[in-house]
Amino acid sequence: MIEPASPTQGEKTEEIVKNVKFKVLRFDRDTTPSPRVDNFEVPVKKGTTVLDALHYIKENLDSTLAWRYSCRMGVCGSCGMFINGFPRLACNTQVLELEADVIDIKPLPNFDTIRDLVPDLSVLFEKHRSVKPYTLRKDMAEVDNPSGEFFQTDEEMERYIQFTYCIKCGLCMAACPTVATDKRYLGPQSITQAHRYNVDSRDDGRAERKAVALGPHGAFRCHFAGACSEACPKGVDPAFAIQLLKRDAFAGSLGVLRKKKASGVAPKLTSGTRLEGVPDAPKRTV
Amino acid sequence: MRTRESTLWTWHLIAGAAILVLLGIHMFIMHLGDFFGIVQGDVLGWASVIERSKEVAFVVIYVLLLGAALYHGLYGLRTIIFELNIPERAERVISVLFVLGGVALFIIGVYGTFVAYSYVAPAVGV
Repeated sequence: MIEPASPTQGEKTEEIVKNVKFKVLRFDRDTTPSPRVDNFEVPVKKGTTVLDALHYIKENLDSTLAWRYSCRMGVCGSCGMFINGFPRLACNTQVLELEADVIDIKPLPNFDTIRDLVPDLSVLFEKHRSVKPYTLRKDMAEVDNPSGEFFQTDEEMERYIQFTYCIKCGLCMAACPTVATDKRYLGPQSITQAHRYNVDSRDDGRAERKAVALGPHGAFRCHFAGACSEACPKGVDPAFAIQLLKRDAFAGSLGVLRKKKASGVAPKLTSGTRLEGVPDAPKRTV
Repeated sequence: MRTRESTLWTWHLIAGAAILVLLGIHMFIMHLGDFFGIVQGDVLGWASVIERSKEVAFVVIYVLLLGAALYHGLYGLRTIIFELNIPERAERVISVLFVLGGVALFIIGVYGTFVAYSYVAPAVGV
């Protein structure tokens, strides 16, 4: 017979620290003519995130509140919202760390709002797609039917690795003052991804991205406010990527940018033995 | 990796650096001598202005400064206007107008510089 677990085993026992007032902007573009602010009182424990507080509101106070979320651990980038005047991930923001008795929550600025705290991120994804954020090569036959891995050194990977941590949450776009004024500005997210692939040693698509990334509403419109890097929950530093892209563009305009050739397939190992317990690579499925 | 915009922006940077040097020379000669403790005399007087305008080095500096300042300023203004969500067609019209206006102002400025260069002071007391 299995013994029942004691009530405290494996459970959090934190007590309610205080009640916090949440002022949430409510809006429905289909039915509500103008936005309104609803106030909710939420009991907060140590470790309670804004996402937890929203769940509390939905379960106990107002079941019609809408927001977007998925992973609850700062990975999916779904729950971006404007919390106390700054774009943050709700799941990544602890209420007590905000050190406020009143918390303002609004949908992300610089995006249209679908309902309550749900922004319309389609513009972000359109801009993201426009810079072709994937490996482009001349030998597409090798890409379609690979005979091995493309060679890349650790140093080459270091040039872009931090920019791959982007989770497309849109916080950088919401923080950017240029996106706020210039709707056609590509924005920090897309420009960072253009640079990420441009400097990837396996990529050969720099010329294909330049028309958008270095166009009239591309990287040169960045004012270098740095708000994007401050807002990024993953430490991607888009402002740095934009400056690096501009540096390459400057060198390109002067004709001194080093020519780039995509790396080839890494040579097959001719010696050595596999470590014990390492299985065969899975068969290709595509 | 060169686009039309990247070329324009590169010249914007070069013009900015040129302004820093050329305007620095201008400020040093015209306004900051006293600050550095150099006795310059009446640098702002008519005779000094005419004397400088007849030196080739100053003519070159003035023309370069005019070109750099016009380009840098107009490109910056164009950038600000482009951020106002104007239609693409309006952007093209503004670009053309700025090029025409900039070239016209440059020609007027260069003309003035060369008029000063070839200025002959009228004889006095004849």
